[in-house]
Amino acid sequence: MNQVPDILRILPEVILTLAGVAVMMIEAVLHQNTSRRPLGWLAVGSVAAAFWASMAQFQMAPGTGFHGVVQTDSFSAFFHVLICGIVLVCCLIALDCMPERGENMGEFFALVLFGAVGMVLMSSAVELLLVFIALEISSISTYILAGFRKHSVKGPESSLKYFLLGSFATAFFLYGVALVFGATGTTNIREIAATLATTPMPAFPVIALAMMLIGIGFKVSAAPFQVWTPDVYEGAPSPVVALMSTAPKAAAFAVLLRLTYAVFPLLHVQWSSLLWLMAALSMTVGNLAALRQQNVKRMLAYSSIAHAGYLLVAFSAPSSEGIAAASFYAVAYAAMNVGIFAVVSHVGGYDDHLNSISDYRGVAYRSPLMGAVLAFFLISLIGIPFTGGFFGKFYVFAAALHAGAIWLAIIGLLNSGIAAYYYLRLLTTVYTRHAEDSAEPNIAPLSIPIVLALLLTVGSTLVLGIMPGRVLYAARWAASSVVPPTAAPTEIVVAPLQPAR
Amino acid sequence: MQLVLFFIFGGLCAAAALNLLLTRHPINSALSLIVVMTSLAVLYLTLGAEFLAAAQVIVYSGAIMVLFTFVIMLLNAGEEVRTRGSRAAYLVGVPGVAALFSLLTFVFLSQGNHLGKSTLANPATLYDLSAVLFRDLLLPFEVTSVLILIAILGAVALARKEH
Repeated sequence: MNQVPDILRILPEVILTLAGVAVMMIEAVLHQNTSRRPLGWLAVGSVAAAFWASMAQFQMAPGTGFHGVVQTDSFSAFFHVLICGIVLVCCLIALDCMPERGENMGEFFALVLFGAVGMVLMSSAVELLLVFIALEISSISTYILAGFRKHSVKGPESSLKYFLLGSFATAFFLYGVALVFGATGTTNIREIAATLATTPMPAFPVIALAMMLIGIGFKVSAAPFQVWTPDVYEGAPSPVVALMSTAPKAAAFAVLLRLTYAVFPLLHVQWSSLLWLMAALSMTVGNLAALRQQNVKRMLAYSSIAHAGYLLVAFSAPSSEGIAAASFYAVAYAAMNVGIFAVVSHVGGYDDHLNSISDYRGVAYRSPLMGAVLAFFLISLIGIPFTGGFFGKFYVFAAALHAGAIWLAIIGLLNSGIAAYYYLRLLTTVYTRHAEDSAEPNIAPLSIPIVLALLLTVGSTLVLGIMPGRVLYAARWAASSVVPPTAAPTEIVVAPLQPAR
Repeated sequence: MQLVLFFIFGGLCAAAALNLLLTRHPINSALSLIVVMTSLAVLYLTLGAEFLAAAQVIVYSGAIMVLFTFVIMLLNAGEEVRTRGSRAAYLVGVPGVAALFSLLTFVFLSQGNHLGKSTLANPATLYDLSAVLFRDLLLPFEVTSVLILIAILGAVALARKEH
């Protein structure tokens, strides 16, 4: 019944893995003084191939592969495309700003590629064991990438903090998986949903889901599990922050969407109230703390916490609309956040020689293009019309309002107002003329990779803001593949995909 | 007989795990971990998972723990120093653990009869185990190699001396 060969179902993962291995092997045989930039271009090319393979998965007949372990449907293809796009742009950013010497550039791209394998797998895995392994792959590669500036004081601190707290959170996720296995006797998402639908509801699944929410809440840096975010983002190189503030989060949200809407639809009351609380807390804590930041990357870290909160607002809505709004927001957020970190890493440099908001003074006069692009992304982050950020917020809050979560929408809108203040503060600083006596900020000349990266991010943010139709259609289609719109939560049909014994 | 064994080795396992957390010297913690692993192996054995028990002894108690103790001795790690941070961890961590423990105990005691079950063929042979590991869960098994590769790559990237 399953005509699509299994290998095609994991084609993007296979491409990324092979490319990672290739980068790693070539890096080992290259002479010490040879430039590693071609390896970066190899990574870019292979991620583009994986992007194409993910696009092709939209056309594939939905179904599972490898004995029901991975599932390709429009939902997984949607997140595959998103994650490949993010990784592609992040490789370009790294190519632009990484110094030629003193950094392990080959290992950098290999780790990015392997990390992408994990993130992509997370969105298509329907077996909790595979979800866990993929989560670990994506996390461990980002732990290492966060500490890539070994000689700075903050680099190792960032890596170590992220590693310790991250492992702690993954342990919670694993405990949740173990409890689900205890409650249902299986770790396959479809079988769990089927078992839970037929058995009386004891407290086990509730506790298990709570544990998994803790683990994922950490990965998406939602309050109250957000404490690590500013320190880690400050110490990690900017291209890495562009990656880890978007791609692993998108993957974790994909897992969260599947878990909540497809596995535990019966516990909707419990998890939606928990996520309500997390959303409200994340938005408020993120935005209020961002007001007080002087460091640009710390400010953007708190802003990313707030944006995770906006995305969580979508979970208050019933399945089809909530999943579509959350998926759309993930794309809009990724486009603008990767974009703004592209600017930050080009202007601030790999070594963060410009890091505080006052350092950004007059950047727009030194480099009008960078100033304009930064302004554009800040406007999108505020959520002003004709940018992706506007439609992202619009659909999320509309979904919440339709579901009757009026207070949550009000908290969200108030928070958007607060957020405008700190985004505009950076914007005005960038456009303030530099004092005569002090030195002008030194900005590296434009290179091909950064121009490509900016074109891609600005382009996608604009398209999302002006013609969101196609992406929205894809998001709705994705939503319909997680939970068929006609099926009531109690009658989730388990496809006859039991592996033949 | 099985119950007696369970109480002996379960108790031993829990005691060793507590000792692991409470002792200050890393080598004592590592040695307690060996006790934990070995008693877990006995528990697996009483549950009828002979192969798993053997693998547990060989892989964990054998290979991994030898490496652990070896590294600790190589680094000549001394006694931990108590800091203010770890005192704060006691203040927050101990009540948290206690709450979690009592919650789980309550749920297990009150609703234990609702647990799901999962059995391999009875009696489970090595064939059944490998059918799960190398057929049903082949992809997770293979993907683990990427995980290990990342760990090696990361260790090299972080530990390499600059030239």
